[in-house]
Amino acid sequence: MDKFEKLQGIAAPMPLINIDTDMIIPKVFLKTIKRSGLGVNLFDEMRYNADGSENPDFVLNKPQYRDAEILVAGDNFGCGSSREHAPWAIKDFGIKCVISTSFADIFFNNCFKNGILPIVLPQEQVDTLMKDAEKGANARMTVDLEAQEITTSDGETIPFEVDAFKKHCLLNGLDDIGLTMEKAAAIDTFESQSAQSRPWV
Amino acid sequence: MSPKTLYDKIWDAHVAHQAEDGTCLLYIDRHLVHEVTSPQAFEGLRMAGRKVRAPEKTIAVPDHNVPTTEGREDPAQMTEESRIQVQALDKNARDFGIHYYPVSDIRQGIVHIVGPEQGWTLPGMTVVCGDSHTATHGAFGALAHGIGTSEVEHVLATQTLIQKKSKNMKVEITGKLNPGVTAKDITLAVIGKTGTAGGTGYVIEYCGEAIRDLSMEGRMTVCNMAIEGGARAGLIAPDQKTFDYVQGRPHAPKGAQWEAALNWWQTLYSDDDAHWDKVVTIKGEDIAPVVTWGTSPEDVLPITATVPNPEDFTGGKVEAARRSIEYMGLTPGQKLSDIAIDTVFIGSCTNGRIEDLRAAAAILKGKKIKDGIRAMVVPGSGLVRAQAEEEGIADIFKEAGFEWRLAGCSMCLAMNPDQLAPGERCAATSNRNFEGRQGRGGRTHLLSPAMAAAAAITGKLTDVRELM
Repeated sequence: MDKFEKLQGIAAPMPLINIDTDMIIPKVFLKTIKRSGLGVNLFDEMRYNADGSENPDFVLNKPQYRDAEILVAGDNFGCGSSREHAPWAIKDFGIKCVISTSFADIFFNNCFKNGILPIVLPQEQVDTLMKDAEKGANARMTVDLEAQEITTSDGETIPFEVDAFKKHCLLNGLDDIGLTMEKAAAIDTFESQSAQSRPWV
Repeated sequence: MSPKTLYDKIWDAHVAHQAEDGTCLLYIDRHLVHEVTSPQAFEGLRMAGRKVRAPEKTIAVPDHNVPTTEGREDPAQMTEESRIQVQALDKNARDFGIHYYPVSDIRQGIVHIVGPEQGWTLPGMTVVCGDSHTATHGAFGALAHGIGTSEVEHVLATQTLIQKKSKNMKVEITGKLNPGVTAKDITLAVIGKTGTAGGTGYVIEYCGEAIRDLSMEGRMTVCNMAIEGGARAGLIAPDQKTFDYVQGRPHAPKGAQWEAALNWWQTLYSDDDAHWDKVVTIKGEDIAPVVTWGTSPEDVLPITATVPNPEDFTGGKVEAARRSIEYMGLTPGQKLSDIAIDTVFIGSCTNGRIEDLRAAAAILKGKKIKDGIRAMVVPGSGLVRAQAEEEGIADIFKEAGFEWRLAGCSMCLAMNPDQLAPGERCAATSNRNFEGRQGRGGRTHLLSPAMAAAAAITGKLTDVRELM
C-alpha cells in the first residue's frame, strides 16, 4: 500500500451532504475485476452529461480543481454501499485525503486500506476549510499525518484526531494481512477453543 | 459480572486477539461472497500465494449481475463484463474450494436470503460479506456487517477482521402496529427519525413488542436497513421464533449439537441493566405506511403527507432537499398520494422473501395492475420462487399483470438488464433511493410490498389501507 505522510495540494469543495457511493462510482463501473482505472468515472453522473460530455459546472471539471488532491465534503460522505470501488476511484483520480464532519463507517475503513486519509472535524472547522477550498488553485492546503495537522493557505493550523493503529499503517504503507498473519498463533488458539465451545459453527 | 448488551456478548465471544490500544482481531464465523466485490480479493490471494483459511465457512453465490429472465444459463443473456464477473466467481469458488450455489442451482438467490434459508446464518455468529446489506443477518442475533474488498481478502486469508468496538444503541418500538403497517414501515420510520448518519459509530439493537411480534422475515427487513441509518450492524435478540426458523435447515446444527447451541443461544439477550450509549423509542401505533419522497432513505413521510419545502429544513439539508426534489421531478406541497408512477419493483434483500410476496399478493388478489404500468416481482431466491408457485402466489401476480422473474438483486441496483430509463418513476420495495440507483436518471420511491402492490393497481403512490 502507498504511504501517506505529508500532502500539500489543491483542495476541492463539495459541500453537498450525504454524497453516497452510487454518486462516487455508479454501479455500471463495478463490473470490473481490477482495482485500477476507475478515476475517469469518479462522480460520473455529476461529472458528465448524458451525452458523455463534461458538465462544466461540476467542481472537478473546473480548471482550478482538475488536479485536486484533497476533497472537503459535506456531512456523511460515502454513505451507502460497501463498494471499495469508491475509494479506488477517488485514489485513481489523484485524491488522497477527504475531510468532512462525518463519514459512513464502511467507506471510512475502506479509505485506510487504500492509502487515503479520511479526516473528521467539527462543522466549524470544516466550514473554514470549505471556504479555503473555494478560493481555488492558489489555495493549497497541507495535511501532515505525523503531526496530525492541517494548514490552510492562510497559515491557520487545525489539529485532527486519527486512530493510532490506522495512522501507523498509513505512515508506513503497511499491509493489514501481513500484520494479522503475524498473529496466526492467536487465531489458531481461538479456533481450537471455539471448536470445543461452539462445535456447530 | 458487569451487565452486557447482546452486542457485547457476541463481540466478547469472538475476540481472537486484543492489542493494547483496543484494536481487536475479531474471528469471523461465516463469510458470504458475491461476484461484484470479490474478484480483486481472490486475485490478491493468488498474487501473494495465499489460501482461503476456512473454506468450509465461506459461501459464494452470484446475485448482483445475473439476469432474471428465463434461459439465463445462456451466457449470451449477460453483458461481457457481467459474464466475466460471474465466471470469475465460478472459477474462484472451484479453485479455493468454497461452498457455491451457481445460477443453475434452485438454491441460488440474493446472498442475504440464501444464507438464512440454508441455515448458514445462526444466532451468536459473526457474519460478514462484501455487501452493506449483510446487516440483514442481524435478525438472528448474529453480528453481521458489510466490508470492503480489502477486508474480504483479509477474511479469506485470516478468517478475522481488524476491528474496534462500536457503541451500543437501542431502538425500541413499543406496542402494536396498526393494520397496513409492516416491518418496512418500521425500518423506514426509524431512519426518518434518526437520519442516515444517526447510527454512525453504533451497533443498533432493535427491541420492543412490535419487533417481537414480527416474523423472522419481518425482522430481516428491519435489520437489512440498519446500514441505511448509518449503523455498523442491526441486531435482534433470538427467541423461539428464531429457533423455530433455524431448526431443520440444511446447515443448522442437529442432535446433541442443536441442544448445545440452543443452550448458548438462549443466553443471547441484553441484560436488564446493560449500558446504552443512545436510545431511540418509537410508539408502534405512531407509525403509518410510509414512502420516500427524495434521494436519501431518511427522506421518509407517511403516505398521507405532502412533498416538503426545502426551506422547512436547516443546514446542508436545505440544498440537499432542493436537489432531491428537482431530481425527483416533484413540487413542494404536492400530495404524495398524487404522484403517478411508471414501474413497480417487488424484490431485493429487503423485501424478496415469501412473506413479502404474500403481503403483496393479498392486495393484488383478483385485481389487475393499471394499464401502462410495468410491474415485476423478483423473488429473493429460487426456493422462495418455488414456494410462491406452490402457494398460488405466482398466479396472483401473473394474473394481475406482473412479470414473474427468476431470483437475483435485479432492479434494486440495476447492475443486470433490469433498469429504469431516465425520468422513469418506480415504486420499489428495495433499500436505496439514491440518484441513479435503479438506472441513470431513474426516480425511486421506497415502500413496503403491500404499498407497492397498491401503487401497481392505482398507478400512483397509494395508501394501502384504502385497498384493505
